[in-house]
Amino acid sequence: MSKKEWPLWEIFIRGQHGLNHRHVGSLHAPDAEMAINHARDVYTRRKEGVSIWVVPSSEITASSPSDKGPLFDPAESKVYRHPTFFDIPDEVGHM
Amino acid sequence: MYAQMIKSEKSNETPEELAAFQARIDRGERIEPKEWMPEGYRKTLIRQIGQHAHSEIVGQLPEGNWVTRAPTLERKAILLAKVQDEAGHGLYLYSACETLGVSRDELFEKLHSGAMKYSSIFNYPTLTWADMGAVGWLVDGAAIMNQVPLQRTSYGPYARAMIRICKEESFHQRQGYSVMMKMAQGTEAQKAMAQDALNRFWYPALMMFGPSDAESVHSEQNMAWKIKINSNDELRQRFVNETVPQAHYLGLTVPDENLKFNEETGNWDFSQPDWTEFFEVLKGNGPCNEERLGARRKAWDDGEWFRDGLSAYAEKSAARRAAVAAE
Repeated sequence: MSKKEWPLWEIFIRGQHGLNHRHVGSLHAPDAEMAINHARDVYTRRKEGVSIWVVPSSEITASSPSDKGPLFDPAESKVYRHPTFFDIPDEVGHM
Repeated sequence: MYAQMIKSEKSNETPEELAAFQARIDRGERIEPKEWMPEGYRKTLIRQIGQHAHSEIVGQLPEGNWVTRAPTLERKAILLAKVQDEAGHGLYLYSACETLGVSRDELFEKLHSGAMKYSSIFNYPTLTWADMGAVGWLVDGAAIMNQVPLQRTSYGPYARAMIRICKEESFHQRQGYSVMMKMAQGTEAQKAMAQDALNRFWYPALMMFGPSDAESVHSEQNMAWKIKINSNDELRQRFVNETVPQAHYLGLTVPDENLKFNEETGNWDFSQPDWTEFFEVLKGNGPCNEERLGARRKAWDDGEWFRDGLSAYAEKSAARRAAVAAE
């Protein structure tokens, strides 16, 4: 068994031109260049992408599951942020 | 390609904690890596996903056996693509497993030491080209039967890996059936080869679902946690119902004298595989257990200098970049 484990990388793929990169999974690689090579083999075997980002997993800061309430609940009562909250009479036409 | 006979682990949490967790699962919520989960849930998943990952990786070996001897360049390229997919599936699953707090190298080590298992099916040899057909058609077919419901499993990373895998697995089964069709429509000798492959792989494929678990406490717990969705017997019956007509289309005979359509239940009645053989193979006494594990260990050990070389190169270039930045 190799003493040294390769670090973990998070992989983001842009599916088509004009779309955001999206997180697709993670993989191990010794460095960023190899991470891109591996990501190509593991996540784009069927033309799933036109661009790859790799980020060391250790560099990701995530919100804690226990903060879910304080972070996201305040938005619940603010339905007026959606356009459908306001009734516009049909006579006004498309808005 | 998946896990068999997963024992569920005991949990030490309070009944309240366990009930709250169970309620989340019953509501259909997905459990994500950093969220609270009972220790038993975590350990059982490591065992199940790990075994599943190992099966994908070891599953490359019986097929790799025919890459250099495929009958045409196209068949060779297709087989190579399938074997490459299996490697990918293994990697998705190891990643999912790692989110539960175990490293991939640890999992490798447990595979190589025999502490963790892989599916019994890969301890059978692939003797002829028709076996590539039978493996794709029956083995991948049985795997799909199990994996499709697992796309709805309660652990988020596992479910997402399963979705990705199922998309690709369908290619595997269809390419296998296409090999079988070609062989079954060929010369008498080729047809005999196809029949022989079906004869040898039928019962081992039925074994992939594991022995009947109708009475098993482990199955009950794992089903409550939604890391097992259907009983082994249920999936096996579904597989037989789907596969028998496919065999008939090929003009091949399923090697079971008791195979008979049951008008009442709408199912095909069939004979159980030899479960003594199954337990022997699981214990390590199958025809290819030693060969498979030997090949895995050799690949891991022989690759060590290369893995270390890449690490050394990565360290050197990082140091070089740091030195340039400091100037």
